[in-house]
Amino acid sequence: MSFLTLSLALVFVLIPLILTKTLNLGLGKDTVIATVRSIIQLLAVGYILTFVFATENLIYIILMVILMITAATHNARKKGAAIQGITWKLIVTFVFIEVLTQGILIGFKITPPEAQYIIPISGMLIGNSMVLSILFLNRFTAEIEARKDETELILSLGGTPKQAIHHSLITAIKASMIPTIESQKTIGLVQLPGMMSGQIIAGADPMQAVQFQLLILFLLLTTAAVTSIMLGFLSYPTLFNSRMQLIKLPDNNNPA
Amino acid sequence: MNNEQAIELKNVSYADGPLKIIKNVTGSFRKGKITSLVGPSGAGKTTLFRLCNGIISPTHGRIIIQAKPIQVYEPTDLRRNVGLALQSATMIAGTVYKNLQLPRILAGDALPEDEAADLLAAVGLDKDLLMRHVGDLSGGQKQKVSIARTLVNRPEILLLDEITSSLDRISTHDIENLIEKINREYNVTIIWITHNLNQAIQISDDTWVMMNGQLIESGPSSLLTNPKNVQVKQFVKGDFA
Repeated sequence: MSFLTLSLALVFVLIPLILTKTLNLGLGKDTVIATVRSIIQLLAVGYILTFVFATENLIYIILMVILMITAATHNARKKGAAIQGITWKLIVTFVFIEVLTQGILIGFKITPPEAQYIIPISGMLIGNSMVLSILFLNRFTAEIEARKDETELILSLGGTPKQAIHHSLITAIKASMIPTIESQKTIGLVQLPGMMSGQIIAGADPMQAVQFQLLILFLLLTTAAVTSIMLGFLSYPTLFNSRMQLIKLPDNNNPA
Repeated sequence: MNNEQAIELKNVSYADGPLKIIKNVTGSFRKGKITSLVGPSGAGKTTLFRLCNGIISPTHGRIIIQAKPIQVYEPTDLRRNVGLALQSATMIAGTVYKNLQLPRILAGDALPEDEAADLLAAVGLDKDLLMRHVGDLSGGQKQKVSIARTLVNRPEILLLDEITSSLDRISTHDIENLIEKINREYNVTIIWITHNLNQAIQISDDTWVMMNGQLIESGPSSLLTNPKNVQVKQFVKGDFA
């Protein structure tokens, strides 16, 4: 596809712009910003990837992964601002996901240790882990607030923080994992995944594309489970002090 | 006369942000006695209970439980020994039996069904309720289950927060008898919050009157019939009127 052909694709940006103007949705500015940002960001990534793939230097690959983890952490940390030290917890989780998945992929020779494989797969997994983190943190903080009375009841009866937070933690972990599991149930029936579609459009053998997609799906399952559980177990202790008192909740005490 | 103290508070204050809820409270609860905690809403009575159970810590001052500073105790041991049953009677989803089992499960143990049934009988509930879902209980039944659940830990000090507020007259009388029974037979120190001053005079040995986060007057419950403090006089008059 040439840049001239691609520029014709801007017609697909004009359609929502016209609609938002006609219906007074007030989304014109955001649509333009989103379009410009996506063009700049993707073109920059394209050039960087071309350079990294050409050099095959491990340092550049690591730098790319660090960049991805930094961006993912920056994005997800806002949702967990109430949790002390959430930035480091997210970084540890993303690094662990990266090391675990690439370790298995390269260690078992499932994929070759080349930038062409490491970077796109890392991007998909860290991106997915970021979304999972946001889902988990949103649900976890809501659950803690909703179950505050239950948490304090368990503490007042002699329970430990882990026992007191158990329900909130498990509910949030399950809730953040469900979308990944559910979307995998209908994959291929409702939608063709982006990576597989991209490979087919680029001329790859559909069965080869399917094999790669299955690999990614299985990796996403691991990512979903590890992200939620790890983040959950790293986060809950910071909600309590050394006297096993709940400290990190919006206050709704009702002193009598 | 038993002069041992179950709980002593020395210049205890508690603030939630800028809001001062407990203000420089000094006083003690006698061991083995029943003490009523009375006062208007917002006086800080429930907060005082939460401080004694260790769910929150004072911002200033010291709390001494059975002659030892509160911070000496492991929080889990403290909370099992200083049982707390709140007015809200929060239940965990499931059956009455599941709720009664909770303290034992938290301690890594189990509560046999017959022991749970005995506890229900002790608080005046039919053992047939054991397998009933807590969502199907009345407010009064929940209060009784909440007390029974706290008793599972066999606390030496029991803090009861307006446990008779949603009970009918007969149930209230049952709970009053239960409080006296627990106190007498098991030598449990009981501190309970009540809005019913007649109840305080009849049931308790001592009474604390709290207003606006402060301890205004304390002593034998007879103080309610002849208070020294002007504010307490007005409070008692208002209640009895």
